[in-house]
Amino acid sequence: MSYFLQLVVSGIVVGSIYALSALGFVLIYKSSRVLNIAHGQIIASGAFITYSLTVWMGIPLVLSFALGLCITFFLAMSVERIFLRRLIGEPIISVIMVTIGLMSILDGIIYLTPFGTENFSFPPFLPTTPLVFSGVSVSWTQLVGVALTAAMIGGLSWFFRRSTMGIAMRAVADDQMAAMSIGISIPKVFGLAWALAGMSAAAAGALIGNITGLNFDTLHAFGITVFPVVILGGLDSILGAVVAGIIMGLIQQFAAGYLDGSWGLSSTGEIMPYLILLVILLFKPHGLFGIHEIERV
Amino acid sequence: MEKGSNGSLLEVNNIEVVYNDIIQVLRGVSLKVETGSIVALLGTNGAGKTTTLRAISGLLKPENGFVREGYVRFNGHDITNSLGTQAVGLGAVLVPEGRRVFKHLTVDENIRVGSIIRRDAARRIRDDHALMYDHFPRLRHISNRLAGYCSGGEQQMIAIARALMAGPRMLMLDEPSLGLAPLLVSEIFSNIEKINRELNATILVVEQNAKIALGISHYAYIMESGKIVLEGESRELQENPDVKEFYMGLTQGGGRKSFKQVKSYKRRKRWM
Repeated sequence: MSYFLQLVVSGIVVGSIYALSALGFVLIYKSSRVLNIAHGQIIASGAFITYSLTVWMGIPLVLSFALGLCITFFLAMSVERIFLRRLIGEPIISVIMVTIGLMSILDGIIYLTPFGTENFSFPPFLPTTPLVFSGVSVSWTQLVGVALTAAMIGGLSWFFRRSTMGIAMRAVADDQMAAMSIGISIPKVFGLAWALAGMSAAAAGALIGNITGLNFDTLHAFGITVFPVVILGGLDSILGAVVAGIIMGLIQQFAAGYLDGSWGLSSTGEIMPYLILLVILLFKPHGLFGIHEIERV
Repeated sequence: MEKGSNGSLLEVNNIEVVYNDIIQVLRGVSLKVETGSIVALLGTNGAGKTTTLRAISGLLKPENGFVREGYVRFNGHDITNSLGTQAVGLGAVLVPEGRRVFKHLTVDENIRVGSIIRRDAARRIRDDHALMYDHFPRLRHISNRLAGYCSGGEQQMIAIARALMAGPRMLMLDEPSLGLAPLLVSEIFSNIEKINRELNATILVVEQNAKIALGISHYAYIMESGKIVLEGESRELQENPDVKEFYMGLTQGGGRKSFKQVKSYKRRKRWM
């Protein structure tokens, strides 16, 4: 039983990081219908920026975390401004090609830095002795990580539900021409969507760094695992990203915990998300919470 | 704020609009809208009415169109070829053709988002929001419904309320009667009159339904093939025999035309 619960705990921890990573992807898709292939690289940039602030510049982790979010916020905003702004109104396939190019460029830049090859781990800033509840151990970092994820997702959902700017961003996703007719500036909305996505990506990156350590190849793979998550949740649903992230985390942990080792299987946790992806696409192409177009006849 | 030289709120002077650098849709359209009035712009399909409104509200660019000749001046500011946000900022707000509500937003959110460009106090915006429900009581009961599931008439009211939330000096309506039942059409038009009277909003309405538009407007323009072909006081235009015959389906005798007569010989009026 405690083995099962232990898997649930680690599933939720991994899942909430998935949720946070998927969130940025969803934010961009939701407002501009752009699939940002380079999202994994933005997560990595956020993680490495936070790391260099903490370790190389000696800024306390909490402060450098906040600073890392801010820097990545503006970094993603400038990426939109420089590379994607001029593509507004162009066919979506060209925009996706640009994000693929962006992925290669960011990859190249990161490989030039020391972060490209080695492993890095954040210095511990929380007590290292885990909390133990009836045989199930939870580390402080995991606990803080999940709480932080919950706070960020809660904050962003509030923003989209309740603030006029958030509603305006949803309005742009709905009907760009109508949005322009009441004076919503489309470029501003896209810029803000990228910036928020960058911010949540940086948070996800910093959490990964604190929980499992940083390695560019792992982060790279992580960026790709975000795809099955968003497709399961529905590309444009924040709630979907959260639920699907947790589901995916649990499935991965259960697969690794129960299937690996039996019948000569190994690394099932890495394959499972893609198996699930295939099944979802067969039965529920809109995902669990994706928007269905409203058609009145 | 300074007004135009002649005191008109909106002045469109001899504009030519070209789409994709080659397709000329407007061939020198001029019109004026005086502060506080209701002006109707009438004409058949493809006459260029919608393009005229788009040129005023800065929405040509997404359709690859631009004003090649002439100018548009609103409240003393030159807004020729400006972007949509600028026109709304100055107070010229469009209710687009076919309503175009935000389908996946609730009725309440649709109305609220209309205030996005306003910089005045949150309380005043909330008061105006409440005022919309007084204007359109029908919307009060469905404020939490997704706008996409509302009826055509309700959607038209949502679209008008949304535009009003921007606090416009001039409201432009593009075929508010499109696809609505006759009873709803007269409800919408009496609403438009009320908005003009009570909220002091100047109105520019584009319509195919000449009868009802001439009924509420003070002044009207008739467009054909990208040109204004006739203009005048709405009351006078209602009496004009050509307008009667071609836009209101009435013959000179005043009686209704029957299909039998129409079939026997088809006449088409060319104004030029």
